[in-house]
This record gives sequence, structure tokens and C-alpha cells, in this order.
Amino acid sequence: MSLSVLKKGAIAPLVSGLMADYTVHGPQAKRSMFAFAPLTDAAELRLDYNTSILSPKTVLQPPREKLATMHLGETPAVESNVEAEPMVIFGVHTCDLRAIQLLDRVFSVDYPDAHYIARREQTLVVSLECLKPCDEHSFCKDMGTLEANGGYDLHLTDIGDAYAVHVGTEAGAALLEKCADAHEATTDDVKRLEATLGAKWPRFQSRLDFDAGELPALLATAYEHPLWEELGERCFACGSCTNVCPTCYCFNVTDTISLDLSESVRERSWDSCQLDEFARVADGHNFRQARAARQRHRFFRKGKYIYEQQGMLGCVGCGRCIRTCLTHINIVDGFNTIHRSKQEVGR
Amino acid sequence: MTESLYAPEFARLTSVQPMTELEKLFTVELPGGKSLGHGPGQFVMLSIPGVGEAPISITSSPSRSNGTFELCVRKMGDVTGALHGLQAGAMVGIRGPFGHGFPIDEMRGKDVLFAPGGLGLAPLRSLINQVLDERADFGRVIILYGTKRSAEFLFRDELDEWAARADVECLVTVDRGEDDWSGNVGVITTLFPKISVDPHATVAITCGPPIMYRFVLMEMLGKGISENHIYLSLERRMKCGVGKCGHCQINGLYCCQSGPVFTYDQIKNVPEAL
Repeated sequence: MSLSVLKKGAIAPLVSGLMADYTVHGPQAKRSMFAFAPLTDAAELRLDYNTSILSPKTVLQPPREKLATMHLGETPAVESNVEAEPMVIFGVHTCDLRAIQLLDRVFSVDYPDAHYIARREQTLVVSLECLKPCDEHSFCKDMGTLEANGGYDLHLTDIGDAYAVHVGTEAGAALLEKCADAHEATTDDVKRLEATLGAKWPRFQSRLDFDAGELPALLATAYEHPLWEELGERCFACGSCTNVCPTCYCFNVTDTISLDLSESVRERSWDSCQLDEFARVADGHNFRQARAARQRHRFFRKGKYIYEQQGMLGCVGCGRCIRTCLTHINIVDGFNTIHRSKQEVGR
Repeated sequence: MTESLYAPEFARLTSVQPMTELEKLFTVELPGGKSLGHGPGQFVMLSIPGVGEAPISITSSPSRSNGTFELCVRKMGDVTGALHGLQAGAMVGIRGPFGHGFPIDEMRGKDVLFAPGGLGLAPLRSLINQVLDERADFGRVIILYGTKRSAEFLFRDELDEWAARADVECLVTVDRGEDDWSGNVGVITTLFPKISVDPHATVAITCGPPIMYRFVLMEMLGKGISENHIYLSLERRMKCGVGKCGHCQINGLYCCQSGPVFTYDQIKNVPEAL
């Protein structure tokens, strides 16, 4: 669709306008870092953020959400709690954008999940072109997420004193139409955009020693690799890596009864395959007891299983799991270690 | 879309029968007596308000539904513990049926060998009784059943019935014989040498505690039954039943979607399966 240009000074009025009709989630400063949260003032929006502690997954799949209510008593009845409000996620980096595309797929296939879908249908995504790496842990270039591949309503690229705005959907176009300051891109604007995009790639380094497309096949050879034991010995099984991961969608479901016993509320909350009880059944048998096996499961989900199920790799290269790990487990190093072993065997 | 995948339907327990020290048989009726519409080997997510939800295999055969279905449940965790405290008339939550059950149509015309261990009889019974209700469609029906002690036999009446039928070969064993036991003593694999099968005409089905599969499979494969004619029903922790929550994952497979019934061929190279 079309390309427009918006002066930087027009972002705040645009966001303020959106805030009248939508809950606008955007990156904001949180102590020395950044976090996505609902904006109460357009001035809080920090499009210069590097990475956010949690990904915008928190908006589409909240850490805890109500699913259903079982009304008890004389005439028991069950109520579905599918609740959604109009939202905008503003300033989504392209790694997180890819993760949203994956979540869209996961929650739509086979058994469509009304909770996610209702929320997603009312959510507009304004993504943001990354012009420099967030930090030394980003490996978006390796994972092919350094540019958007659809999935946005509007996509912004900083071209100096203005943003080039690519319109991805009709909803995005309608949103931009409300913005009096936007004008269609001129030839000069297009040149500036092309120069900006051309200049950004050398700023990003490759961290993976091989093509990410090889990951599923590579992991297929690495099930018994000594790496898993090594990681298992270091891992605290705290679940931080999966909490911050933009593509980790596993959840727990719990029922809580009200104090007056009149209703039981079913909620889901984020869960983690790194926690001991994740695969444990009632008689105590744990189908994935060893931390080594749990770390392997995480690596395999990111590099193989999710790809086989959804046709997209489960890792988008955001680097959050690396930044957050208390014991410095590094997924890129892990993938590279496996790749090196395979090279050595092949030699 | 406004209906939650996770909202159960209230259903009534119409009967609660003790079976052993640990297991009870629950008969469940959906509102208006509507059919669950399950296939043999499928499961439901059963919930107790305020306690939680757990996957439970359906033990009754679709051919005997009568507007109700049966769950044979061991008192083991929070949900099953609470369920065991309920009386007939109580309401529970039901979602489902879910999962890939036994492909009964692919089994027609064949000899069928069942080898459940302990509580593994519960899911297999749904198929056994359907096979018996459509007896003419199948060749030999062989049932090998083992439990730890004779007091743990489930569905005793039906076991006696099966043993008495001329068109069913039913052998049972206990791991430890007690004074009142005069039958076979030994684990379930000790029953296999007592039967001969035509490996090309036979499908074999097993379910039991995790430790059992490897040994029963060795017997089945040893009889020459092909890997894609051996069916296993597997147990996993499940929170959704619909391939989202991740708990039941067996390497790259979701037990709730690809299973709980798998052929040995499907899982022989899936290290987390057995």
C-alpha cells in the first residue's frame, strides 16, 4: 500500500488522538530500561527505546486473564469471558512484530482461541523499523526479522526529521487519514527512506555462525549433545527466559472459587516448560524431569518444533532470554556450539 | 467469536460406583441427555468448580452411550481427589471429547490383541466393548490384562464375561499372587508366550503405566506385529486439550492433538514418548 511522511512533531498529536479511541500501548521508560504499558500521556512514548523488558506479547496474551466463570448454586451456568477493547500497540520492533505473526497463527489454527482472536481483531499494530541493534545480544539479522514482512497496520521508519509511514492495511490507512499532518511521500522522501534502509544493515552483526534456516535440521542431529547437560547444570529453572520470550505462549489454567462459593473463575496465566511441574502428572511421574531436558526442550521449540508445527521459527532474535538469564545461558552460543560440533564431526 | 474454548459445560453424575480401593466409575450425563459424540480412545477435560481440570479418558464405548458416558478414575491428584468425594447428582464440568482416538475402521477384518496394564484398561475398554458390540466385523479378540494385585482388577464383571465368551480369549495375571489367587502370577509380559497370533492379521493395543510400554512393545514386536499396527494410548499433563497450552508436548508432538493414541511407528523415533 501507500507511503506517507509524518513529521516527528506530529507523532505526539497522533498518539493523543488515538488515545481518545483506543488504549495505546507503547514503550516507556522504566528505571534504566523500557517496558510496554498503556500510555497516559503521549509524551511518555519512547520510540528511541532499545528493547523492552517484556515483549508486546503482554498486550495480546496477558500474563493472567479470565477465561470463563462457572456460576454455581441452584441453576448452575457457565459464562464465557471473552473480553476485548480497542487497542493500538505503538512502536513494535520488527522482531516482536514477527512474534505477533506467530502468535496469530498459533491461536487461530485448529481450535481458534476466542480470547486471543477477539483481542487481536481490535488491535492495531504500528511497527517501527530498527536502524541500530538494541545491544550486543540482538541477533535479529540472523533470524530474518530485521525487516517487517507484513503484520502491521502502519510501519514507521525514522528518516531524520520525519517518519516514513508505510500503510499495511486499510485500518492503518484510516488511522493515518485522521492525521492532518501526514502527506504523501515525495520522490525526495523515498530517496531518504531508501538511503536510511540501505545504511542500516552494516550496523547489525551476524552472531549465528550459520543460516537460521538450517536450525531444524541441525537440531535434529543434536538431541544427545553434551550441551544440554552443561546448560542443565547451570539453569536455575526460574522460567525468566520463557517469560520474556515474545513467542513463548504456553499457559496454565486454574480454577478459583469465590469466598461465598457462588462462582468458580477459570483463568489462564503464563507458564514455563522450565519449571519442574510443567510436565508432571498426578501420580508424580515427571515426563521432563531433568533441567537438561527442559533446556533442550526450549531450544528445540525455538529452533525446530514450532517451525514444524507452524512453518515459522520459534525464535525471532530479540535477545531477551540472553539478557535476562541469571546464569548467562545464551541461545546463540548454544546454537553455535551445536553447529561447531557438527562441523567437527563432518571434518 | 464469543465462546471460550476453555468454558466447560455442566454435566451431572448419574452414578458413582466404587471399583477398587483407588478407582471409581462415574457415569456422566450432559444437559438434555445429549450425546458426547466421542470415538473410542478419546478423552474429556473434567473439572470440579474451584478445584481445577484434568484430562480423563472415556471408558465407555460409543456403541453403549445411552445419553451418558463413563469415566473410570483413580484417586490421585487434586481434581480426581475431589471427584472421588462427589455423590451421584453432583455437577462437574466437561469439555471435549478431544484427541485422536483408536482408528476402529482400520481395525475391521483384523484380529485384535488388547494388552492393558492396571488403569490402562480404562481407555482400552471403550474400544474393547465397541469391538464386541460389532463382533462380526473383527477376527480374533484377545485380551491380556495385568494388575499388581487381584484386588486391583477393574471391571471384574466384564472381565468374567469376556473370559466366559467363546469368541474372546481373555487371560489375566497379577504381579504378586495372594492366598486367594489361583491364576497366573507374573507381569503382563508372562501372558504373551501363552498366545500365538498371525502377525499379518493382527493389530495390537496397549496402555498402562510408563514403565510397562517398553516391555509390552518388545513382546508385540517379537510376535512379528508390524509397527504401524501397534497402538498405544499415552498419558500427559494437559491444561487445554486443544494444542495450545504446551504441557502435553512429546518432543514436537502435542499428545492432545496427535494422540493420545499413537501407532508405535509414529513415536518410535520420538525420544520423550516412552
